[in-house]
Amino acid sequence: MLEIKNLHAGIEGNEILKGINLKVNAGEMHAIMGPNGSGKSTLAQVLAGREEYEVISGEVIYNGRNLLELNTEDRAREGIFLAFQYPVEIPGVSNTNLLKTALNEIRKYRGEEELDTIDFLSLIKEKMKLVELDQKFLSRSVNEGFSGGEKKRNEIFQMAVMQPKLAILDETDSGLDIDALKIVANGVNKLRTKDNATILVTHYQRLLNYIVPDFVHVLYNGKIVKSGGKELALKLEEKGYDWVKNGKLEEVVNQ
Amino acid sequence: MSSTEVSRIEELANKEYKYGFVTDIETDTLPKGLNEDIIRQLSAKKNEPEFMLDWRLKAYRHWLTMKEPHWANVKYSPVNYQDLSYYSAPKKKPTLKSLDEVDPELLDVYKKLGISLDEQKRLTGVAVDAVFDSVSVATTFKDKLNELGIIFCSFSEAVKNHPELVKKYLGSVVPYTDNFYASLNSAVFSDGSFAYIPKGVRCPMELSTYFRINAANTGQFERTLIVAEEDSYVSYLEGCTAPIRDENQLHAAVVELIALDNAQIKYSTVQNWYPGDKEGKGGIYNFVTKRGICKGENSKISWTQVETGSAITWKYPSCILQGDNSVGEFYSVALTNNWQQADTGTKMIHLGKNTRSTIISKGISAGKSQNSYRGLVKIAKKAENARNFSQCDSLLLGDKCGAHTFPYLEINNSSAKMEHEATTSKIGEDQIFYLNQRGISTEDAIGLVVNGYCKEVFAELPMEFAVEAQKLLSVSLEGSVG
Repeated sequence: MLEIKNLHAGIEGNEILKGINLKVNAGEMHAIMGPNGSGKSTLAQVLAGREEYEVISGEVIYNGRNLLELNTEDRAREGIFLAFQYPVEIPGVSNTNLLKTALNEIRKYRGEEELDTIDFLSLIKEKMKLVELDQKFLSRSVNEGFSGGEKKRNEIFQMAVMQPKLAILDETDSGLDIDALKIVANGVNKLRTKDNATILVTHYQRLLNYIVPDFVHVLYNGKIVKSGGKELALKLEEKGYDWVKNGKLEEVVNQ
Repeated sequence: MSSTEVSRIEELANKEYKYGFVTDIETDTLPKGLNEDIIRQLSAKKNEPEFMLDWRLKAYRHWLTMKEPHWANVKYSPVNYQDLSYYSAPKKKPTLKSLDEVDPELLDVYKKLGISLDEQKRLTGVAVDAVFDSVSVATTFKDKLNELGIIFCSFSEAVKNHPELVKKYLGSVVPYTDNFYASLNSAVFSDGSFAYIPKGVRCPMELSTYFRINAANTGQFERTLIVAEEDSYVSYLEGCTAPIRDENQLHAAVVELIALDNAQIKYSTVQNWYPGDKEGKGGIYNFVTKRGICKGENSKISWTQVETGSAITWKYPSCILQGDNSVGEFYSVALTNNWQQADTGTKMIHLGKNTRSTIISKGISAGKSQNSYRGLVKIAKKAENARNFSQCDSLLLGDKCGAHTFPYLEINNSSAKMEHEATTSKIGEDQIFYLNQRGISTEDAIGLVVNGYCKEVFAELPMEFAVEAQKLLSVSLEGSVG
């Protein structure tokens, strides 16, 4: 589904990603872990198409297409969804309005008819249950006055409505207490199918107790320095990122 | 914003004014220039009674002693008042029973604007007094209103058929000495609308007028007078759009509202005059005096405006809260793009006891435009327990535009309670990115954010007008973030 080849990218002249290689197939769950400043969020933003980030070299192929040629909205319409680390507040725009606009844009792009209000409402009511959101929430302005947990649940709710092919969850666990973390993880798990894929970007192993990845990649200084199965995350948790920084990664992994 | 985004935005911003076209309808126009003779001719053309001519002449003589004001935060080349024609009337002036009798070309204009009278009559139940240039050509739903004793007609008809009402109320809120443009209007106003709601009557439909400037070089001077007797209610809609042209057009309207005991007047405007092209050429000068008086106890006047057009807007819909417990409200969205300049706001003059006023102003500046809020809240000595809440927000799209706030307070009674909130924000690129990432184009994303920002004001508009206003805002904003 997604193939990243030797991707170099940065912002304002600073190279942050220094040769990323990654292959994600349908049905897979990938976790990307790494210390602060390793380039995790940059990777998420570059894949979503944030224009402030400049791609220096490399390729990203998504379902046979050159992803880097598409603008942000077309990437979204092609099925890429980014759950934001810091979801943005949009005063005066209700969650319903945003979702309806977004969903219909995607449907139009795919040549499908726009959903009428009744079908739309029954769809979102069903999806709300996934993340245990109250109905009152629909008429509230997007993320305005939401708690940290509500914002993150809202991201997963949007993801449930949009049904992306490739979801990128950027630090979705940050700022969540254990109950909220379970709700979010449960939502993500229920959305897994053999046809979609997920990239989890996270600093902590904690989330991976609830969402079990097929692959774990360690990102350090703009490169994936190690890939492995779910047990790699546990080792990192045990030894900490300092081991990576000190160049002793192999030692940790091989213990 | 990255450079590619900026260029996309510029490309979008260059879209032409959607409603730009000139209609060829024969007009009967007075020669250019302004003097007593012209005013006499104008009054004669309209078969006006003596008192009207006298009033016009008094206004004209007073106007001659006045100077064009320049305190507003707007810049423009001087207007040559002798180079304007002060009267332009469609030659085919029909007396109409149905829309079939309307000049088909005129109907076509309305259709282009999506405001076909026909459709409105059928679908919305709105009575429309359509002002085409200066003379009303179609008035609908009159019979139904007649049954209730409601008078809704062109100003000329009111002068002819209800001279006692006109004589009583004309200039009672905005006297002919009020200000330069109001005096000019009083001298030369060509037509406008008149509404009278008798005691105890709740007007069952929104009264609506669409204004349109058409003939080149014609100053447009409308006059609107609305009187709501005791215990009555009326909601009045005013909306307009004008065709592209090169020369600046002067528009100096006067609106007077009078609310007696327990009466309520809701006045809503969607203004979309031609704003000039992207270089700032052309466009309407909109120098308007709008004022209402809450004359009676417990009366209420609400102004709601969505201002997106005009090269220059100079407009302060105001309320004089004379009756005890009376309420004044002002809800405004003023959007400026390209080279537009707007200096707009309100005046709330508290005279009576327990009077309350609310001001919600939302300014949106884009392109190279300048957008100023100017508001006065005045609490008179005898206005015990007056309350005011003001909220003035400015939203900037891009870094070449300006937003300014000039709030004035004059408080002469210590029991007054005043609250003032003001914010200035920029539309965030993180908001745009967030919406882009949900599959929404930049243009639609801006529309969503801006409409969200204006929500409180739109909530005050009648439903069909709110929808129109949202569309208008999106059209006016096409590609304006930078």
